[in-house]
Amino acid sequence: MYRNLTIRQKQIVWAWAFLALPVLFYTVIRFYPTGNAILISFQNWNLLGSRTWAGLENYQKLWNDPVFWKVFKNTFVYLLLGTPISLVLSFVIAYHLDKLRFMHGFLRMLYFLPFMTSAVAMAWVWRWFYQDVPIGLFNNILAGFGIPQIAFLQSTTNALPAVLAPAVWAGLGFQVIIFMAGLRAIPTSYYEAAKIDGVGWFTVLTQITLPLLRPTIVFIVVFSSIGFLRIFDHVFNMTTNNPGGPLNATKPLVLMIYDTAFNGFDMGYAAAQTVVLFTILLVVSLIQLRLLRSN
Amino acid sequence: MTDITPTADALLMPKSAPRTRNMGQIIRWLLLFIGGIIMVMPIAYMISTSLKWPHEVYNVNLIPDEPTIENYTYVLEDGRFYWWFVNSIIIATITTICNLLFDSLVGYTLCKFRFPGRTIVFIAILSTLMIPTEMLVIPWYLMSQSFGWLDSYWGIMFPGLMTAFGTFLMKQFFESVPDDFIEAARIDGLNELQIWWTVAMPLVKPALAALAIFVFLGNWTAFLWPLIVTNSVDMYTIPVGLSGFGDEADVAWELIMTGAAISTIPTLVVFLIFQRFIIRGVVMAGLKG
Repeated sequence: MYRNLTIRQKQIVWAWAFLALPVLFYTVIRFYPTGNAILISFQNWNLLGSRTWAGLENYQKLWNDPVFWKVFKNTFVYLLLGTPISLVLSFVIAYHLDKLRFMHGFLRMLYFLPFMTSAVAMAWVWRWFYQDVPIGLFNNILAGFGIPQIAFLQSTTNALPAVLAPAVWAGLGFQVIIFMAGLRAIPTSYYEAAKIDGVGWFTVLTQITLPLLRPTIVFIVVFSSIGFLRIFDHVFNMTTNNPGGPLNATKPLVLMIYDTAFNGFDMGYAAAQTVVLFTILLVVSLIQLRLLRSN
Repeated sequence: MTDITPTADALLMPKSAPRTRNMGQIIRWLLLFIGGIIMVMPIAYMISTSLKWPHEVYNVNLIPDEPTIENYTYVLEDGRFYWWFVNSIIIATITTICNLLFDSLVGYTLCKFRFPGRTIVFIAILSTLMIPTEMLVIPWYLMSQSFGWLDSYWGIMFPGLMTAFGTFLMKQFFESVPDDFIEAARIDGLNELQIWWTVAMPLVKPALAALAIFVFLGNWTAFLWPLIVTNSVDMYTIPVGLSGFGDEADVAWELIMTGAAISTIPTLVVFLIFQRFIIRGVVMAGLKG
């Protein structure tokens, strides 16, 4: 029967034969669970009892939950601190590294190395750095200079930036590499023309380099924003004694989801939180693409 | 074979860098060097502390006075890290192989075949990029519970066996495989599966290598889902195990640093060996993915 098919029909058969298993996978492991998560968000369910319809109850509970608003704020603080800081740092490093030849590969390696580490492992390393005297490295160094020690992870104001620092640190190398690729994609003729016109370096930077880097900047901003909105590994591991503490000062949305679902077993409420996370990610990505692509 | 990915390599070559060594360049180099040293300090302190005796751990010196591998012997003799390491290797390897096969097969099909439903399948797969993993963990958990997948290798692996990112990346690279090659192979009487495997796949080796690195590293360091799906200590992966190990009462910091080093050193060694290659892969994935 296969022999009687035309070449085009044979191609269709092959294509669907190749796609059968993957289509099944994406349906069962991606699309069905997405729908299921949305469905569960409208139900009450503690894993043991029966699933009952709750309507908008979970979302109303979320709206009235002070912890949720604290968590919501934290999540955006991670984003609003993390994204600009890592963007500026990685651009400055890439901009200068691009102008160097001597041991270029070695310097690049130093900046990229943290990207190859595991978030959990490095969260524990940084957690040790942040301990009080006589344990923590940072406070030991401060003590060496006679500076009073700083409470990093125990303080409600310092804990969030302290948790954010290793996340920024780990992602920096990736952004530097992407920025350098973007810088090198700019044709040299632009710079040569500027040189002939005798334009200063600052004008070259703001009038040529940055505008031409726009696609790279869009990519890095969207990529790192999504990363900071989904922060979890660092927070969880640096605050295992009191996840998201002190007093929820470091708790991001993903940690709240994990807690609600797998410590509180309130599946409906947790699912509603995941729907909120999904919406935030979608809206933030769309706004950034719109803002940075237009004008 | 023809190298079909010249862009990434070209983008790694310093182009505008002047050869002159004036004062400004020297200061620039020194500042970047100091910055780079600061960047690797956390890794250096992790390794240094894992080689220190307990009485020296809280000194700020980077080079241990009397280096010892006592901490490694202790941690590995305990046995748990050994199993977590093996689990992580098995899981990351199988997941990587699955991704290489399926992502490239799907990417190839979407790129080189014309068939009804092609656009829908492509958009459907692409749209899954917008769905965060965190939204799926609850349904995945319920699914694993009803099928008995909790606390098993399959349970840890199944969500990551194919990825939209990998599919999209491979599709982009198959674009540069000339259709003539495929036509020629068809005339030679190869079937479509053979054409994919023997003609198209060898032409996208650099992309396959980049994908392999990303998938392996992603699974080696994955935390949230393995934390949820595993219950028994024997089934933990390295990150889940390390997290629980660090949280045990009275565990010494040098032992935590040793555990962290055990989980980090393999990827660092792989990076140092294939450095140029991995950075090229990052650029390729960043530009095309």
